[in-house]
Amino acid sequence: MKQEKGKEKRKILVCAGTGCLSTGALSLIQELNQEIEAQGLTEQVTVVPTGCHGFCEQGPTLIFEPEQTLYVQVKKQDISEIIDKEFKQDLRIERLLYQDPLTGKKTETFANTNFFVKQERIVLQNCGFIDPENIEDYLARDGYKGLMTALKQKSPDEVIEEVKKSGLRGRGGAGFPTGLKWSFCRQTHADKKYVICNADEGDPGAFMDRGVLEGDPHSVIEGMLIGAYGIGSDEGYIYCRAEYPLAIKHLKKAIKDAEEAGFLGENILGSGFNFKLYIRAGAGAFVCGEETALMASIEGKRGMPRARPPFPAQKGLWDKPTNINNVETWSSVPHILRRGAQWYTQYGTEKSKGTKIFALTGKVNNTGLVEVPMGITLREIIFDIGGGIQDNKKYKAVQIGGPSGGCLPESLLDLAVDYESLTSVGAMVGSGGLVVMDETTCMVDIARFFVNFSQKESCGKCTPCREGNKRMFEILDRITQGKGQLEDLEKLEKLARVIKDSSLCGLGQNAPNPVLASLKYFRDEFLSHILDNQCPAGVCTAFLSYHIDNELCKKCGLCVKNCPVNAISGDKHTPYSIDLETCIKCGICVEKCKFAAVVRSGKE
Amino acid sequence: MSCSCLELVDPKEVKLDAVLSAYQGKKGVLVPVLQEAQEIYGYLSQEVMEKISRTLRILPAEVYGVATFYSQFRLKPMGKHIIQICLGTACHVRGGAKVLEAIEEKLRIKDGETTSDGRFSLEIVACIGACGLAPVVSIDGDVHGRLIPERVGQILENYV
Ligand SMILES: Cc1cc2nc3c(=O)[nH]c(=O)nc-3n(C[C@H](O)[C@H](O)[C@H](O)COP(=O)(O)O)c2cc1C
Ligand code: FES
Repeated sequence: MKQEKGKEKRKILVCAGTGCLSTGALSLIQELNQEIEAQGLTEQVTVVPTGCHGFCEQGPTLIFEPEQTLYVQVKKQDISEIIDKEFKQDLRIERLLYQDPLTGKKTETFANTNFFVKQERIVLQNCGFIDPENIEDYLARDGYKGLMTALKQKSPDEVIEEVKKSGLRGRGGAGFPTGLKWSFCRQTHADKKYVICNADEGDPGAFMDRGVLEGDPHSVIEGMLIGAYGIGSDEGYIYCRAEYPLAIKHLKKAIKDAEEAGFLGENILGSGFNFKLYIRAGAGAFVCGEETALMASIEGKRGMPRARPPFPAQKGLWDKPTNINNVETWSSVPHILRRGAQWYTQYGTEKSKGTKIFALTGKVNNTGLVEVPMGITLREIIFDIGGGIQDNKKYKAVQIGGPSGGCLPESLLDLAVDYESLTSVGAMVGSGGLVVMDETTCMVDIARFFVNFSQKESCGKCTPCREGNKRMFEILDRITQGKGQLEDLEKLEKLARVIKDSSLCGLGQNAPNPVLASLKYFRDEFLSHILDNQCPAGVCTAFLSYHIDNELCKKCGLCVKNCPVNAISGDKHTPYSIDLETCIKCGICVEKCKFAAVVRSGKE
Repeated sequence: MSCSCLELVDPKEVKLDAVLSAYQGKKGVLVPVLQEAQEIYGYLSQEVMEKISRTLRILPAEVYGVATFYSQFRLKPMGKHIIQICLGTACHVRGGAKVLEAIEEKLRIKDGETTSDGRFSLEIVACIGACGLAPVVSIDGDVHGRLIPERVGQILENYV
């Protein structure tokens, strides 16, 4: 939909997602508006606050429409120059263009960045290009056409058939076929059925759903409407974690606008189909992402999971048949209805169709949100799109699937990402968090980190998860403290099997995955901790030791001044030294020394 | 007991009453009611929970059970500014612990504590969804990203 330059008003799309807001997007918007007015350009240009452009590392980002010029890391001071050069002189500002971390080349347009080229944006197609608080923007990009297709051209069964044919699978973790799930709920007879959008996104290191909800809330609402029509439901809930206030704000506005436009409410588009939608804010419990716990939470109870069967499709919210899908799953649906299942199946692999959004974070150059076809390799995501590892360090692992997934080593970088392949190597697609780790990350510490997360978030209902994860944590903690024994590894593996086999819900069943995967791929690091008294990454404090290299030391005394426990002694005449008994290994001396004379080593 | 002396009307209580009457009779409202009550008072006191229990006709044990299950609910008064430091995966990998140490050292409080002057409370959280900018801290909902321990002092000064 490119418009010819000069005919239409040009737009400046300012990313106003959570990331860019924190780096000053709001003041940029104000400044842009003031400057446009000051330079008398209000007729030619409008400023549009949008959802996430995905390029979080480079924020705040601006995109100029229609040419799609991209400016990164824009500051308030740049604004008047931008307006002047861009709109009066038609010149680009070289220093604000994105520079590729690998090639060092500057790129003019967003579409030409390596970050973007390998992406396939379906769910994210509007994200960053429309004002999420303006329904007109959504409508202008074929919004609610999928719903119209469903209501006007298809019976409920045909809608479900279309989703089945598309091969869409749940994006919330387990990858259950969406059309099939809908058909179960459709088949159950009841006077009332519910649909729920799972927007709890509790996996630390993941923010795909946040991006979609903030940047394109109507797409989720439209997806839920289509699903509700197929299933035969007239009431829905969006369960969104309270940590996402901006997402909740945009959703509220979108629901209100959709009601006014007649897409929500009674007799929608004259079809006789009714649907009401409510928002519920989560209250900070990871386990509430699990579907039965989530429903308990909507019912106003403690968010504890229960045994299945009965499945939600038979007995769900308030004992009525209920269908739960993830944000990204719902948001994929309008595209499938509008463009057809056939079109959707061209993306992805044989068993995993379509695209998946990943949140790329950690020690990678281009952190952000990326949407790629299923079947792409991890290497392409991390090195081509992500621009490789920060500070030219060496890749060590990528954590995929959060607390239910695992860390994958370099040898698996060419693995094609889909549901089956990841499960086969002991990880999972999970929600889509990809946390990249380099040589300075300790894999034992990461395993400990995840088990600690799971044991804290365990709701306590079943014993294997409540007690087992605590014991795993204690063992891992012991190893990072330098008190591990060789038998500990076997104990961990045995415990992990029991927890996996006997826990009540997915939290417990998957909690040992990070440990098992790390034991499989990074066993050496565990052995170093246990047998050699060494943390190869130099992370676990128990193994760290510090000493001063007197050749490099300039006797400035900065380390002495900053040491919180007075462990360093020395003066102009006596060489500086660290008393290891007193030292608490905080590392402040290393950070403060300007001559790199304080040396840290990972071996005691 | 209701009282007609105008000067004794507590504006917070008026707000809570409005919330309670808006939700009364609807199903599954305990969590949103507690959320709004906390919004009004900053935390959930025993009196507030008892009042909710009476008005919604939910057993006090159940109200307390729900309030203690979810990490969002606070049963103690909080400081004027709430610092939430993220130690989620992305922030952990990018050195969130060092930022935490800097805050702890600066304010002399630990997770769950409030400074003696009541200015700051500190909470450790796992991911606020700004992982692209890790490590991050959110103060009263404003996100500060790409933090280094050295910047902590300067940021805290903006919150008086
Ligand atoms: C402990 C736990 C946490 C979960 N958290 C989430 C979550 O945050 N978001 C989500 O969509 N699904 C989550 N799930 C998966 C849901 O139970 C459910 O499978 C999913 O919402 C179904 O939607 P889908 O078929 O569209 O993937 C979680 C599962 C478990 C066991
Ligand atoms: S891990 Fe810290 S914001 Fe997500």
